[in-house]
Amino acid sequence: MKGPDEEVSGTEPVELAVGQSAAAKSVSVRESAATGVPAELLERAQAGDHRAFAEIYSLHKRRIYSLCLRMLGNAAEAEDLTQEAFLQLHRKIGTFRGESAFSTWLHRLAINVVLMRLRKKGLQLISLDEAMEPTTEERPGRSFGTDDLSLTGAIDRLALQRAIDDLPAGYRLIFMLHDIEGYEHNEIADMLRCSIGNSKSQLHKARLKLRDALRVHSRGEGR
Amino acid sequence: MSEVPKSMSCAEFQAQLPDLIGSGESVGEHPHVKECDLCRELLEQLEAIAHAARQLFPEVEPPDELWEHIKSAIKEDEGGKDQPST
Repeated sequence: MKGPDEEVSGTEPVELAVGQSAAAKSVSVRESAATGVPAELLERAQAGDHRAFAEIYSLHKRRIYSLCLRMLGNAAEAEDLTQEAFLQLHRKIGTFRGESAFSTWLHRLAINVVLMRLRKKGLQLISLDEAMEPTTEERPGRSFGTDDLSLTGAIDRLALQRAIDDLPAGYRLIFMLHDIEGYEHNEIADMLRCSIGNSKSQLHKARLKLRDALRVHSRGEGR
Repeated sequence: MSEVPKSMSCAEFQAQLPDLIGSGESVGEHPHVKECDLCRELLEQLEAIAHAARQLFPEVEPPDELWEHIKSAIKEDEGGKDQPST
């Protein structure tokens, strides 16, 4: 992640471990204190204190709900996934070892919940072959000739929102993970089990598609 | 930034663009961008789109009743754990 205190180890497992040993419950007080979640609060929640867990929910609900809403684009599903994320957190909070910031760990847990839901819905999260072999219309040369492009000035927010919504699912996912959520390509590759090159390629294609959609929109507006 | 031939075409540059953007280096300093208006414009537009997209998704508060649902789900989950396994 690019935000402060948001360092994620590239080797952090995508699927959070379940049922780890008691030793895993020893939380680094200093690390958790540095995340904005008081170590004492975290320890209480890990020990099964419901009030402490409720406080952790209050501290993180906005961020996790917003993440789910952005990724799914639907309030009902976002609520459902937020609930699932906090249920997972309740089950797994004892396995948090303070190796990364708690907020980063929780964010990653929520991303996994989102990805699981998308997979369940039968969504192909990434198209490996297509991403590595540009189709005719996606070859680099198509970006030439920007003479008819009028993306100068403010970008139409509604048009951009629509263009993002209309992106193919795999492109949208990588665009959201990288450009909105701030994950690096190595982290995305880890989450989606694809290569770093693939992640870069799909992000680039997503951005080009958005640009093309905005070009079409601005040409329509100019008529 | 690695040395590139001055005669790099737009197609060659754009083929490298995903890697360049993902490298963390300043693509605006790339020799081709400095001498090519089209590719510079393309790069600026892609950056403007990414910037604008980040403004589209502010953080929002979940509905108040969500916590009640979560509490119920946790309670149910804990109750399930207490059940003897068959």
